[in-house]
Amino acid sequence: MKISDLFEETYAAIVVNKVRSSLTILGIVIGIGSVIAMVSIGQGAQGSIESSIQSIGSNLVLVTPGFQRGPGSQVSGGRGSAQTLTQEDADAIIKEVTLAKAVAPEISRRYQITVRGKNTNTSVIGTVASYAEVRNVKSASGSFITDQSVRSLSKVAVLGPTTVSDLFGAGVDPIGQTIRINKVDFKVIGVTKSKGGSGFSNPDDAVYVPLSTAQRFLAGDNYVTTISVEAEDASTMSAIQQQITALLMARHNIANQQLADFQVINQSDIVAAASSVTGIFTILLASIAGISLLVGGIGIMNMMLTTVTERTREIGLRKAIGAHRGDINRQFLSEAVTLTLIGGGLGILLGWILASAVTQFAGIATTISLSSVALAFGVSAAIGIVFGYYPARRASKLNPIDALRYE
Amino acid sequence: MIECRSITKIYLNGGQETTVLRSVSFNIANGEFVAIMGPSGSGKSTLMHILGCLDSPTSGQYLLNGHNVAELSDDALADIRREKIGFVFQAFNLLPRATVLRNVALPLVYAGISRSGREEVAKKSLAAVNLEESHYNHLSNQLSGGQIQRVAIARALVNNPAIILADEPTGNLDTKTGEAVLATFESLNKQGRTIVLITHERDVAAHAKRIIHIRDGQIINDEKTR
Ligand SMILES: Nc1ncnc2c1ncn2[C@@H]1O[C@H](COP(=O)(O)OP(=O)(O)OP(=O)(O)O)[C@@H](O)[C@H]1O
Ligand SMILES: [Mg+2]
Repeated sequence: MKISDLFEETYAAIVVNKVRSSLTILGIVIGIGSVIAMVSIGQGAQGSIESSIQSIGSNLVLVTPGFQRGPGSQVSGGRGSAQTLTQEDADAIIKEVTLAKAVAPEISRRYQITVRGKNTNTSVIGTVASYAEVRNVKSASGSFITDQSVRSLSKVAVLGPTTVSDLFGAGVDPIGQTIRINKVDFKVIGVTKSKGGSGFSNPDDAVYVPLSTAQRFLAGDNYVTTISVEAEDASTMSAIQQQITALLMARHNIANQQLADFQVINQSDIVAAASSVTGIFTILLASIAGISLLVGGIGIMNMMLTTVTERTREIGLRKAIGAHRGDINRQFLSEAVTLTLIGGGLGILLGWILASAVTQFAGIATTISLSSVALAFGVSAAIGIVFGYYPARRASKLNPIDALRYE
Repeated sequence: MIECRSITKIYLNGGQETTVLRSVSFNIANGEFVAIMGPSGSGKSTLMHILGCLDSPTSGQYLLNGHNVAELSDDALADIRREKIGFVFQAFNLLPRATVLRNVALPLVYAGISRSGREEVAKKSLAAVNLEESHYNHLSNQLSGGQIQRVAIARALVNNPAIILADEPTGNLDTKTGEAVLATFESLNKQGRTIVLITHERDVAAHAKRIIHIRDGQIINDEKTR
């Protein structure tokens, strides 16, 4: 039997059994497509959460106001809403926590901002010069808040790129312009580089002003909402955490750590917590995908097995007119491989389209990993080939009359 | 040369034995034209399948051109079926949803003949059984019973076999078409090919030079008529 005839027979068999072929292909497409899409969403989410945690800085210890549980009181303000951290606490940390490389207190709150009729509601972060280093904020143009502007209570502002396009339109240079925050005019002195984050707190949609200015003219108080402390390296982080805890407990006259009115969070704890959550998320998605792969596989199996009777007769006939066992095996193997390859190719395409659609419309980053493609393809190829080829191989061993009589 | 030595065929179904052929022995020399007759269920088709190397006897020996068929490999039997034997099945056994031309040319695929060569030979073979050219590209399940029968005969002739085994080849044909098919067999026989056909009709058997009568799996009469 010639190779060209083998392909012709394969083509004819696939075209003749259109319904069977397309259902088999569909089973493979759904199985492979869903595995690829689901795993890529899971891994993409994991990657983007980890990178957005890294983008807030590195080796970071965050001090935030915490629950203030008085004895016998069950009611507590949410984290961050309590006003228990003050400028003095921040100054004490700067002075006494010697292991800290840099300390950046901030007061952030959302305000209405207007520029010549356009307005937006965004978070205004009052902070100091070291914030840029600690929180990994880079200037795209102009400058960031300086120590001088904090000392002199300057009414200057640095804008995030999203805020710039919201207020001035895309591509406009806002430096030198005046914006109005909560009825106070600020002069724009710089624009930060995009961090490319997404989700609920977009780091590119922010306005930075000097800490002192924010406390005096916007909040009218001298508390701070977060103190970010950068450690020299990862090994000193827990020591810094302990020093800060001890210092603030002494300053706030709290003896029992359970009753502390502040929280000291280590960045690596956040990373660990987030990756355990996204890990579970990925496993969940992968198991849903695994189930669809299984269902797709059973579909393929079913299609292949329901036609065994008809195909066994065909094999009997082919042998009766002189086909070798090898001719039969090659034909059915080639048929199973062709169906699997078409289904696999379309499945990868479908997975890729689904993943891109999720990125496009839901804004979730997706990463298509080679291992998920290989796994999905391998499983359905194995199912397709085993169930397409194995019954044919068995039938090719029967004598022609028994195969022709097969019920 | 076909030699059957005490061929017995027993089917085992659910523990129940059915003896279909009982120690059948006979020879058919090259170039003979033999008709096999007998009542329904007497074992004619079963015998024919054994002669066509499609099935094997439970006991006894079948020798084809001096070779014991039981000793040949699966692939060697396939080669014999492809090169030496043309078989017309009682149930026709065409490939469903394939065209007439493809069905007739199918044995030549396994002989390694190119597509154009196959179609040329297949068309000659179809002309020999009087099938109208307009039907060549019809699917095999769009044909009448007589047309299917002629396609099945054309397929048996396509590889130019030395032995033609036909199981009631004229059963569905009108007298005129039946005569044409039998004339084809006769002319093939004149060229030296061995023909064995099964029939219920005396008129058809009259074309043969020898008639074997079978009843209950045994030969009850074997006579030369010409
Ligand atoms: N696979 C089988 N299992 C059991 N019995 C079988 C099988 N095949 C055939 N038989 C039996 O063998 C006997 C002979 O069958 P066969 O087909 O050879 O008859 P036949 O002479 O060709 O009849 P007809 O003229 O009706 O075609 C029948 O009684 C049939 O029931
Ligand atoms: Mg019969």
